[in-house]
Amino acid sequence: MREMIVNELTQATQELIREFARFLPRLMVMLIVVLVGWLIAYLVKWILRSILRLIKFDKLSEGAGAAQLLNKAALPSSTELVSRFAFWVAWLGFVLLGTSALGILGMQEYVTRFFIFLPRLIVALFFLFFGLLAASFFSRAALLWAVNTDMPSPRLLSSAARVLITVFTASAVFEELGLADSTMLLAFAIVMGAVMLGLAIAFGIGGQHLARRFLESRFAPEKKEVKDGEDELSPL
Amino acid sequence: MAEESVLTDEFVRQLIYVGEADILIGVPTYNNAETVGQVVQTIRAGLLKYFPRERAVIVNADGGSRDQTPDLVRGASISDAQRSADFQALRTLHCISAEYPGEPSTGTALRTILASAELLRASACAVVSPESTSIEPEWIERLLRPVFQGNFDFITPLYRRHKFDGLLMRNLVYPMTRAFYGKRVKEPYAAEFSFSGALGNHFLAQEIWTHEAGRTGTEISLTISAITGGFRLAQSFLGVKPHVDARSADLIAAMRQTVGALFWSLEPNFSLWSSNHDSQSIPTLNAGEEVTLEPLRINRKRLLGIFHSGVAELEPVLKQILSPPTLSELQRIAALAEDDFSYADDLWARTVYEFAASYHKSVISRDHIIQALAPLYRGRAFTFLVENREASADELQQNVENFCLTCERLKPSLVELWNGRK
Repeated sequence: MREMIVNELTQATQELIREFARFLPRLMVMLIVVLVGWLIAYLVKWILRSILRLIKFDKLSEGAGAAQLLNKAALPSSTELVSRFAFWVAWLGFVLLGTSALGILGMQEYVTRFFIFLPRLIVALFFLFFGLLAASFFSRAALLWAVNTDMPSPRLLSSAARVLITVFTASAVFEELGLADSTMLLAFAIVMGAVMLGLAIAFGIGGQHLARRFLESRFAPEKKEVKDGEDELSPL
Repeated sequence: MAEESVLTDEFVRQLIYVGEADILIGVPTYNNAETVGQVVQTIRAGLLKYFPRERAVIVNADGGSRDQTPDLVRGASISDAQRSADFQALRTLHCISAEYPGEPSTGTALRTILASAELLRASACAVVSPESTSIEPEWIERLLRPVFQGNFDFITPLYRRHKFDGLLMRNLVYPMTRAFYGKRVKEPYAAEFSFSGALGNHFLAQEIWTHEAGRTGTEISLTISAITGGFRLAQSFLGVKPHVDARSADLIAAMRQTVGALFWSLEPNFSLWSSNHDSQSIPTLNAGEEVTLEPLRINRKRLLGIFHSGVAELEPVLKQILSPPTLSELQRIAALAEDDFSYADDLWARTVYEFAASYHKSVISRDHIIQALAPLYRGRAFTFLVENREASADELQQNVENFCLTCERLKPSLVELWNGRK
């Protein structure tokens, strides 16, 4: 009996040592992959940061309104944020790759999913950045146009342009990420429908004179009255 | 021949038929059927009267008019002017008209005219607006004679016009061009001007043709190029300018063509304008009375209304362009009652300089910077109208001169802003 127990313990110990001996090289491979990955990720971060500084990405994101958002959230500059993001994505990729070398059951599937999701995440971020840029540009263009043509409520018009483009951008980002596809599509359709209906009613009821003036000036300029005013003066 | 590719085959064919010319007059057109016939006939009369012995050609560069403008030009060229008993041409007077490729644009039209002048080896050239209905045959002589005699390379016009016409010219374009480039050219953005063949070739070699801002405001870019190139400049009094110039009726478009091109020109010429500290006058030929004072009804309230709306509504945009003291000062004057309102010379000059620096640094879209200046300019125009309501011609000229001196005095602040020290 005693001999049996000793044998079993010996076998178990030997098995544990064999398992550990089999595991040790994998662990070392994982550590090497993670370490090399860290170096590569750091290199990616450095190169990306240099490129972004070269193309004055901070100025671009300032124009997009992203810089103001980051400031409010006490986050670093856009260049720093994007390069840090690239570092973490790259390193996380290597960590997952290294972990898969350990041969843990089910890990391979998560690694594959991560690498399938990565391009979509990058495309979604691309949409988000340029969507914010477009929203900022067109809302400012609307504001300037409204002020210079003496339209009522220029900021309302500008905000409407910003909201419309931002909603459209958000829907594109969510669709790209594959998050709650049907819910987002439905929400987008409802929001857009409501905004358009509201605008149509507001313009139809409240702005019929404005619409008439606009259409007359656009399509029948010869009927436009020469007002007693600045139009009589040539600026040049 | 470097610019031959600018010309279409049809243009080249017609130019080869002409051969060589001593004098070339360019008329850039696009849907100008209402006025172009009269203008071309007057040009023709001017050439026959004052340059009967010279080989002359009228070149019409058309942007694809749909109202038979080119037909009217050709028709006017064989009109009764030649049969008139008063004038008799001793040489063939050619008149050619062809469409230039691409979108209608004054820049492309002027480049086509310059390329034609180069191909024909013209020694004196002039450009005349198809909308100048007040043109007289004497304009041709006054523009071309000083260049043809070899005394000057570039002649800009002086017009007789109402004291409140050309507000943008008097309150921004002339004073700022003078402060930057040191020459007192009163009409730097001219519808009519003339230049020597050598200067025409210099124009063709400039960068303005490859940049949007340069192409949009070609007229002022050419003036700046003549100044910076060290060519001999003069201004010649022509006569009455039509009351409303259709090409500049839209303020934003006018600002893009003048202020946009002026701001853009500052980058390649930084070393030149930053070292200029004063300005020199240029010779004035055929001097005449430049300002008329007849009563004119003007809606000043609208100008002030847009200024108020601009300062209030554009605050987030202006914050990116102006320094905090300038913006606070603008907000302070915007809060004043109409009778107390005054957009003073100092503040207006500082505003424009800060806009120029922001344009250089591209703090936002450059076109948006130009558009954001428009409501502020209206406030300045309001002050100019009020301050000069009862002013005589001399007083008005003196007020413009005072503002020019203010711009020259404050120019170092732009150099500091430009170098990022503020």
